[in-house]
Parts: sequence; structure tokens; C-alpha cells
Amino acid sequence: MIEASGLTKIFDGFVAVDNLSLYVEAGSVFAFLGPNGAGKTTTIRMLTAILEPTRGWARVNGLDVVRDAAQVRASVGVLTEQHGLYERMKAAEYLDFFGRIYHLPRTLRRERAQALMARFGLADAMNRRVGEFSKGMKQKLALVRAMLHDPPVLLLDEPTSAMDPQSAKQVRDAILELKNDRRTIILTTHNLTEAQQLADRIGVIRRGKLIANGTFEELSQRFVGDPIMEIRFAAPLNGASEWLHKELDVVAHGENWLRFRTKSPQEHNPILLQRLISAGVPVVTLSEVPHTLETVYLQIVNEDENLTEKAQNGNYA
Amino acid sequence: MATTLDAPKLKTAAPSLSFPLHSNWLRTLQNALIVTRREVRDSFRDWRIMVPIFLLTLCFPLLAQGMTELFANFFIANGAEPMIDVFLPLLPMIVGFFPISISLVIALETFVGEKERRSLEPLLSTPLTNLELYIGKTLAAVIPPLLAAYVGIGIYLGALIFGAQQWRPQAELVIQIVLLTTAQALVMVTGSVVVSSQTTSTRASNLLASFIIIPMSLLVIVEGLIMVNDMRHLLWWILVALIIADVLLFRMGARLFNREELLGRTIDSINLKWAWQILLSQLRGDKRAKGVLSWYRYSVLKALRDSRDGMLVVSFSIVAMLVAGMIATHFAPDWRLTPEMMTQQPDVMQNFTQFAALSEMGFGVRYIFGQNLRVLIGAAMLAIFTFGVMSIFLASFTFGVLGFLLAQPIMSAIGYDTVLAALLPHAIFEVPALIIGAGVATRLGALVTSPPKDMGVWEAWLRAFADMLKLLVAVAVPLLAIGAVVEVYVTPRIVLMTIGS
Repeated sequence: MIEASGLTKIFDGFVAVDNLSLYVEAGSVFAFLGPNGAGKTTTIRMLTAILEPTRGWARVNGLDVVRDAAQVRASVGVLTEQHGLYERMKAAEYLDFFGRIYHLPRTLRRERAQALMARFGLADAMNRRVGEFSKGMKQKLALVRAMLHDPPVLLLDEPTSAMDPQSAKQVRDAILELKNDRRTIILTTHNLTEAQQLADRIGVIRRGKLIANGTFEELSQRFVGDPIMEIRFAAPLNGASEWLHKELDVVAHGENWLRFRTKSPQEHNPILLQRLISAGVPVVTLSEVPHTLETVYLQIVNEDENLTEKAQNGNYA
Repeated sequence: MATTLDAPKLKTAAPSLSFPLHSNWLRTLQNALIVTRREVRDSFRDWRIMVPIFLLTLCFPLLAQGMTELFANFFIANGAEPMIDVFLPLLPMIVGFFPISISLVIALETFVGEKERRSLEPLLSTPLTNLELYIGKTLAAVIPPLLAAYVGIGIYLGALIFGAQQWRPQAELVIQIVLLTTAQALVMVTGSVVVSSQTTSTRASNLLASFIIIPMSLLVIVEGLIMVNDMRHLLWWILVALIIADVLLFRMGARLFNREELLGRTIDSINLKWAWQILLSQLRGDKRAKGVLSWYRYSVLKALRDSRDGMLVVSFSIVAMLVAGMIATHFAPDWRLTPEMMTQQPDVMQNFTQFAALSEMGFGVRYIFGQNLRVLIGAAMLAIFTFGVMSIFLASFTFGVLGFLLAQPIMSAIGYDTVLAALLPHAIFEVPALIIGAGVATRLGALVTSPPKDMGVWEAWLRAFADMLKLLVAVAVPLLAIGAVVEVYVTPRIVLMTIGS
């Protein structure tokens, strides 16, 4: 479990993270989205007790990030923005080094290193120098390092960046597996499809402020509005089009299709379908137009942009 | 697909927090050595480090041996055989110095190089404490070059002992060279941590490294001169000074090598505007300070409070030196002033009566004030470069001399009331000025070894510097001015009155 309240970090007068509060339930995945320089990495660094908050507090796995900093760092696995590997070392030596730091007994650190390397398809690379690894292999090795001490909390900064689709899938599967194993995970990513697939809750941070936080459905409802339904017809509508426009909140239409917004599809759709069939309109499909996280995210960022602009204009006026 | 399905399932233990908290030095050292082992192994795999170390360890001693023979032959040919004994001790130290100069490169590489490659952050996210990381990396930077230096010195000495010279160096000399080499290596490494903490690129840190390598090279030259002049006992004092520098730099490095400083700094830029704003805001002080009186009340008093540790240290040193000066008179009878020494001078009473004519003798208010101010500013400036050591030393040294003089038996003949009358009236103003000025300078100099946790080193330094300016201008300088006026116009009269009575 991760909780934070009023978390703020100021560097020489620059507010990197501003009054951020969040709660991530144990065994869930929280995706942190936001433009570059928004404050994601600084937040992660505060939650891993690498940086001390200027104001506010945070608890990771029940431990205070300031008071119990060493214990917090022992209980989290961190995949940093830059994998930062020691290129002259062999993968086995590298993992052994981190295993020692976490005081894992020799047999356990070997077992875990081998199992994790095999999990990510790197079993044959144990005795190869890290410098010889491809970008994706390095990223996976960094992930193995983060998971080596079996931490209950994982903070993953861009876990699948620089990976080929197959490797990325391996990593996503591992994240889901860890989630099922009641691990708490925060991940930052620019890959919105990945965030939508993995995350239970999503937070959007911009200019240091958490501007949105919720499940995908909640965010979608709040920022993109009511669900949009699409009906497709077997033939052009002609006469039926007029009453449909009157009855429905149409947002777009074509010759043989129509999209409309509805607050309650469960109530509205069966009635609509019945009326269309009784009117002899040949309906092929009636389905919801799915909102993508990209649409929601862009909407959130645009709204915040507009708000900021308005505030600035207000100030100038 | 197959890869994912066939991959073995992870054996996951129940999440535990088994990492032990470190509460003792042994644990700290054990954890530090995990880092050291890795770093040393890494260094041994880096040909850029190993080739110079190898060459300097093996080739340079042999080259030095060849040079020694050439010089020895030259001295013999020119009838200057005694010069051989003076010259021989020089080279072992230089042979040892070359490999340890590599420690600077390793230290910059291990600290700032890792920061530049971003490989430090995974390490910072482990439970290792800042101190464990710092000790681990410091040892890693010191051990290979130091081993190389010892081997180099050994090879060279072996060549001298068993070669044509058949030279038998004194054990004390060998110990001095080994200890000086070790202390110098530590100064370079701990100094480089300080340098690298202020930069984000190896390029910038290499440029700043000249601040370390140049003074160290000069020190080796000074040590050489000391050896040539056969004043080897001075080398022990240099060793003591190096150990003090080691301790201060280690403390400073340990304070600067922290997660906050390492990750907070992203660019090596000079933000003069920001610095100026900090300086001005600290000079102005509290927002309630609107006029001169409220400025004294809210701003100057706060600066005094913030500098009280420095002032306490200076006060303690003054008293300690005064007492030490007095004790020295008893322990060193040879230093005692005899009545004859005093009578060889013009009459003592005559000396005191001349106080009245100080201003006519050219020692006017401006002279005395100027002299005291120069000393105070000098002490403050030196404090910046000596971690506050010189401000304490300069402030208290005079009191050592004073204690020595006051304890002279001859003083009782003059009468303590006269002596005190010649000192106290202006000392009431000048001593507090000295304590305040030297105290705030000590705070400024020592700050870098232990900066406050709630702000960056540079900001804390600027604020302490502003406090120093504030206290010098608002308190010390006015007190010195009053003291100078009193010394010229009041003290002599009191002395005359005392003599008259």
C-alpha cells in the first residue's frame, strides 16, 4: 500500500511536485501519466525515499519515507528512468552485487537471479558482460534487479521503453503476475495502451500537480463525458434520420451510421432498438464507441492547459 | 507466446522487511565493503586505470633508479658526495606520489562518472546509507593507487638498497614517506568527492580537480625542500595537518555525498540572480526589519544567535590559548623574560607614559582601527579556505602571547594593575569585536564540512556569508572603531592615572 498527502518537492525555488496526494491499494497497479518534466520521476524518488519531501508525507508499505527511509528502500524494487547498469560486469555478477546489498543469502540470490533471468528469456545471458546486451535486454536486466529481493512494492519508471513487442509483453505479463501476487505497483509510462491494460487506477500529473486520479472509467466519464453509442444500418436511413435526430443526442452521422451520446445505455438502448425494429429500420449493430486512454489523457491535459491559460489571463488582467 | 508460457513461474516469498538497520560501525563497514569490492574489481577491468597504474608502479621506480644513478655519478664527479644523502630520500616520495595521483582520476570517475552515466541511481535506491556508499566508494578510489604507490616505493627502495648505492634509509624516513603518501591519497580522494558533488560532468570535475592536484604537487615540493634542508621533523607536522585536512574533507564529503545533493543538481550553471537575491534577503533579514533599529533587533540579533557556535569555539580557544601561554612560561624557563632583558630597554614606566603620545607617534585612531580591521578581514578570508581553522588560530594566537607575557615574573614587578589598565579599556570593545568577527567567519568556513540539512550547501554558504557581512558591518566594525578611539584617547590616561597612583 502506498499513500501520500500534500507531497511537495522544491529545488532551489523550483516546485517540481506540488501538494500531491494519492492512495494506491495493496495488490493494485497505479499508472502515473504526464508529459516529460511533469514531476513523475521526482514523485517516484520521494516514494522510494531517495529524495526527502520539502513538505507533506508519504508512507510506503506502512513505512514513513523520511523516518524509515532505509526500510522503505529495502521494501521497494525500483526500476529507474535510466537503467544505469555496470557495463563491465557480467549479468550474474551484477545481480549478485545487488543481492549482497539486500543481504540475500548466497543460494537464494543465485536461485532468484536464475529464475528471474529465465522468466525474461535471459537465462543464456547470465555470464555475458552487460555491455554486450541490447537495449531491451538491459531494460529487462534492470527489471530483474528491481525484483531480485522480492519486494512487496515496485516502482517502475518506463518499464517497457526500448523493448521489442515480445519483450514488452513478457514484462507486462510479469507485472500482472506480480499484481496477482498482491504486490503494489506504480508505473510511469508514455505508452497509454499499456497503462490502460495494466492499471487499476490512473493518475495524470502536470507541472508537478496531480490533475486527475481515478479508474479509467471514472476519468473517461469525467473528462470525455457520457458513453457514445454507434448504430450501423443495413441501408441508408432516409426518412428515419429526422426523428432519430430529434430523439437522440447525435454527435456524428453518416449515410448508414449514427453516433449518439447517452447517459444510461442500459435503459435507453433496448427502447431505442425496439422502436427502430418496429419502424422497420434494418439495424446491423448497436455498440459503444470505446474511449481510449489517449482520448481521455489528451482531454485532461487540454482542460488543464485551458485552465492555466485562463488563470494567467485573469492574472494579467 | 511459447516464451511466456514456458517460462518458469517465479518463486515468490512472502514480502518481508528483513533488511537490518545499521547501528554500528562494523555493519557500516561491511556494507561499504560490498561497494568497495565491486568498484575495485571494476577498476581492475578498466585498462584506462590499470595501464597508468602499472606503468607508474613498475616502470617509474626503475626510471627513478636510473636517474638516481645519473645524479649520484654527477655529484661524485663534481665532488659533491654529501649531496647524495640529501638527494636520495626525495625520490621515494615522488615515486609514491605519481601512482596516488591516479586516485584522483578514479575518485572523479567513481563519483561524478557514475553520476554522469546515471548508474548511481539504482545504487541510491538500495537500503545502503549515504555514509556506507561514501565510505565504500572512497576506499575503492584509494586502495588500488595506494597499493601501487606502496609497491612502487618498495621497488625503488629495494633497487636502492640492493643496487649500486647500497643505501640504507632510516626507518623513520620510510614510515614518514608511507604515512605522508597515504594521507595525501586520502586528501585527494576526499577532496575530489567535494569537487564532484558540485558538478554533473567529468569534464567539469576534471577542470575543478586542478584545485586539488596543484596544491598537492606544491606540498610535495615543500616536503622535498624540507628534506633537502634536513628538517625532517617538520614532516610530522605536515602529516598532522594532512590528517586534520583528511578528517575535515571526509566529514565534508560525507555530508555532501547524499542522495538529495546528487539527484537534486542537474546542471552546472551559475545562477547569479538567484545568488544575489539570497544574499540580499539574508542581509535584509526578517520582514519586520523596516528601519535601522528594527534591523538590529530582528536581523542582526538573529545572525548573532545563528553564529553562536562559532563564537563559542573562538571564545573557548581564546581562553585556552591564554591559559596555554601562561602555562608555557612555567614549562619553558628558557623563554622567561629576565629583569635584565627589561632593563636593557628604555625604562618600562617611560614606555607606559608614551601611551599618552600615541597619536603624535603616528599610531592614531585611523591606524589602530585600520590594523585591527585588516586582521579581522584577513582572518575572515582565510577562514573560508581553511574550514574556519585560521580564523580561530589568528583570533586566539595573540591571547597565547598575552598569556605568556602576563605570566612573566617581571610583570608582577611592573604591577598587574598597570598592565591591565593598558589593556582592558579598549579590550572591552575589541575582544567582543574579535569574537564576533572570528566566530561568524568560523561558522562560514566550517559550514561546508557540515551544511544544514534543510537547504543546499551553496545557499547555506551564501546566507552565512551575508550574516558575516552583516555582523562585521553592524557590530564588529563599530566596536573596533570605538576600541581604537578608546585606545588612543582613554587608555593612556587611565595608564597614567594608575602609574600616578
